[in-house]
Amino acid sequence: MTDVVDDTTASAPEPEPDPDAVAVTLNGTAISARKGELVIAAAERHGAPIPHFCYHPRMTPVGMCRQCLVEVDTGRGMQLQPSCMITVSPDMVIDTESPTAKRAQEGMIELLLANHPLDCPVCDKGGECPLQDQAYAHGPGESRFVEEKRHYEKPIPISDLVLLDRERCILCDRCTRFADEIAGDKLIHFTQRGNETQVMTFPDEPFASYFSGNTVQICPVGALTAEPYRFKARPWDLDQRESTCTTCAVGCRTVVQSSRDELLRYQGVDSDPVNHGWLCDRGRFNFEAVNSAERIADPLVRTAAGLEPTRWNGALGAAASLINDALAKGGPSSIAILGGARGTNEDAFAWGQLADAIDTPYRDAQLGDGLPIEVLGLKRATIDDAANAATVVLLGPDLKEELPVLYLRLRDAAVSGRSKLVEFSAVDTGLSRHAWRSIRHEPGTQHDAVAGAVADEAIAEQLAAGDVVIVTGRQSLAESTDATVAALQRLLDAVPDATVLPALRRGNVVGALSLGMAPTGYDAIDAMTEAAAGTIDVLVLVGADPLNDFPDVELARDALTGARHIISVDTHLSESTQLADVVLAAAAYGEKAGTTTNLEGRVTTVAHQVTATGTARPDWMIAVELASLLGDHGFGDGHPLAEVTTVDDVTDAIVATAPLFPGVTRAALAASPDGVMTLQPAAALPDVAVSVPARNRYDYRLTVSRTLYDRAVGTAMSPSLAGLAPGSAAHVNPLDLAGIGVDDGTIVQLISAKATVSMPVVGNVRVPRGVVWAPFNQRTERGGHIEDIIDAGATAIDVRIERS
Amino acid sequence: MSRLSDHNVVIAREIIARYPKPKSALIPLVHLSQEQNGYVTTEAMKHIAELIGVTPAEVYGTATFYEMFKFEPVGKYVVNVCGTMSCALLGAGELLHHAEEKLGVKAGGTTDDGLITLMPAECQAACTEAPCLQVNYRFRYRMTTSDLDALIDDLRAGRLDGEIPPHGTLGRTRQTIPDDRAVGAVHPDDVTTGPAWIPMEQDR
Repeated sequence: MTDVVDDTTASAPEPEPDPDAVAVTLNGTAISARKGELVIAAAERHGAPIPHFCYHPRMTPVGMCRQCLVEVDTGRGMQLQPSCMITVSPDMVIDTESPTAKRAQEGMIELLLANHPLDCPVCDKGGECPLQDQAYAHGPGESRFVEEKRHYEKPIPISDLVLLDRERCILCDRCTRFADEIAGDKLIHFTQRGNETQVMTFPDEPFASYFSGNTVQICPVGALTAEPYRFKARPWDLDQRESTCTTCAVGCRTVVQSSRDELLRYQGVDSDPVNHGWLCDRGRFNFEAVNSAERIADPLVRTAAGLEPTRWNGALGAAASLINDALAKGGPSSIAILGGARGTNEDAFAWGQLADAIDTPYRDAQLGDGLPIEVLGLKRATIDDAANAATVVLLGPDLKEELPVLYLRLRDAAVSGRSKLVEFSAVDTGLSRHAWRSIRHEPGTQHDAVAGAVADEAIAEQLAAGDVVIVTGRQSLAESTDATVAALQRLLDAVPDATVLPALRRGNVVGALSLGMAPTGYDAIDAMTEAAAGTIDVLVLVGADPLNDFPDVELARDALTGARHIISVDTHLSESTQLADVVLAAAAYGEKAGTTTNLEGRVTTVAHQVTATGTARPDWMIAVELASLLGDHGFGDGHPLAEVTTVDDVTDAIVATAPLFPGVTRAALAASPDGVMTLQPAAALPDVAVSVPARNRYDYRLTVSRTLYDRAVGTAMSPSLAGLAPGSAAHVNPLDLAGIGVDDGTIVQLISAKATVSMPVVGNVRVPRGVVWAPFNQRTERGGHIEDIIDAGATAIDVRIERS
Repeated sequence: MSRLSDHNVVIAREIIARYPKPKSALIPLVHLSQEQNGYVTTEAMKHIAELIGVTPAEVYGTATFYEMFKFEPVGKYVVNVCGTMSCALLGAGELLHHAEEKLGVKAGGTTDDGLITLMPAECQAACTEAPCLQVNYRFRYRMTTSDLDALIDDLRAGRLDGEIPPHGTLGRTRQTIPDDRAVGAVHPDDVTTGPAWIPMEQDR
């Protein structure tokens, strides 16, 4: 049972009968607490909740608010003690309801309310406010304070997303502790300590944390509010369901809240094995994209006048005849289906089944930006395994940018001293400063770096010292997967017992790859190459936007113009969708139910909370209906999807037929909100021979990776997030600026063998000398597109940088 | 704007080297920056944050606790007129009012020529010498309005230049600690033995 409004009820694992039990007396009843447990936690667990504001189960107790005073006897008589600051001890006597405790609690409420404005009727927190609730439950009922309350300018934006009302703040230290302990972005701090203590940023440095939204959720009053939700609804008008965020593959548990059939807010739910209650700001606020006016409301068919809205019968008929014609003329190999990682397991399964029925050799849920499917067949680690391993080897992208909550879990593991991080990266990442060893290598040579590292005595000793988890993904989109695969193979040769956590980014990529959208011989790059060569008649894009998402954009452009027809199943009119002949309007996140699989292979539910925009339908339904129009090439009699009418039928069909999902029944999912693990395939890594091209000393080796905010629809269509993308730029070491002969911010030309693009150059100490890093999928007025330089076939790319 | 000067960066590094953890040098470095500019500039706080490896918000949050750090420009002389009990009973209010009229600024303000900032202050621990005030933290005891007039005239005429350095100056000579006198502080993680003055188990 979880409750987002008051995180004190966050799901804590039920205790098992253990030798660490401590016998204490709580309000006259003997209870069994756990060794080292705080009095407040023990009391809460045994049905005697103690009022509090600053205490949060996921953060260090600080005893700031003094609201949790209770009477405690440890052998010296009853004394008032803050229950968040003392741990249980044998034979402790605790009284949370004594007249003395009650009087102390009432006094604290009265003091807190002396300066807290009573503007609850216009406060966003009103109705779900711990201070309001506890003032009713534990307050004295009236105040003796008649003087003027303190006044501050309000509200003041402390970042693009978060606003601060200092009058309401009760100085509980939750947001500042979160920024310090959990996020590691110490950008807010108590300032003017003393009579005018207030939470504030540095004068010209906003609270630009990727995790700032969490502070709004844990604020026990209405002092912090988030721009996207401000004044949008009252808590009692919100309708909510528990769901899973599918923005990235971590799969954070959320509550999806709506009012009047419009998504208004996501809140993090404390899922112990996954997100500990935290969300990143992209996942928290990208519901705005679902509500966007740019959504495709009805299916579209290309006419002489362009894409025109039509009825579903017409659109599906047009799509079916395109596919049937292609099958008749060019056979199955004239059709390619790309995508499926955006949706639910049900969506991916239905499209995978359709791909099977058509028998196309070209299908892929990754768009040339992931890793070979075999990585999923290695012995898989869970997030908990990684966060508790003696050694975590990072061989992939900057987790802070691509899988932010996984970054939080691993940062915690490193900062708390549980795990040592060994990082291989071409540039500094968010975890570099927490790493035990952070090994820099030239882009595309991680296999050599790994070979050197495992030969190092200290590192070899550490790798032999306990559990090893390898977190691996695609570090750079400007290099092929060869070096990563070779590096992974060398690590596994050195540490055969190591487990692997695939750091693949797309929301349900593991589900899609496990449910029929994995390449069956030819991957997305092959399909694109075929389409560019003109051998593909129908290219089906299932929530895929290759023009923005495929690293080699030139190949994507050639493929989309080379394919004779394009069928797009999408939520927004992306650049790729605009080239389609038939656009099938898809229901977005929150508009459809189902299940999703995270990078561990953990399946959780996705909630259907609001009515889909216009006549948009879930992807699985579109696949099933399309199949019914394909005649012999559709789902024949006896096919598991032949008779489905609801999403539950599809879930059941997955359980019945998908080899990895036998235990993932609806009953099991309902019984376990933290998810049900799938079985794991077994596979060996492909043999790769890496040949890194030689470089001359005038060139810079290119590394391209994603940042949290980019031009993907989820951010570009969310007004609050759209402005946060950093924009295209070439980042080089500040010492290299002089070598190029330019100042910070000058427009330079990046010249590769393939193309020349111009963009501003930025001196960045996180980039080693001789390397240029560019964020992927960015646009600025002055900036060109780094994607033009990327070559899908290259092991590594060198560029010359010249002033333009 | 005003980061620490190259000269002061050298001093800053020397100060940082005195401590096992760079962060411990935060307050001395804020003093250094106030000495440089007369007040603590935003740029200096950023520079300090870089030097000791914390965020600017931490420098700001820590420094703003201390009344003697100013974050806006102040005059060459800051005159703090005590207004707590003893002084209040012996005419501090009149003294402050007189100073306001004489200087033509309200308490908290700085004269147009940027010479004097007038501040009301809490107890300065000179209650037997009330009413008292401080000029750049140098005491003036048992002040009368005519004493105040004379003081302000002296300050304006530069007659006290030798006695009272500009606001922010900590001392006329900067102390350095020769290597043979350094206490040899050890980083907490590197401590293997107890302090010399606490007899350890085996010594007893």
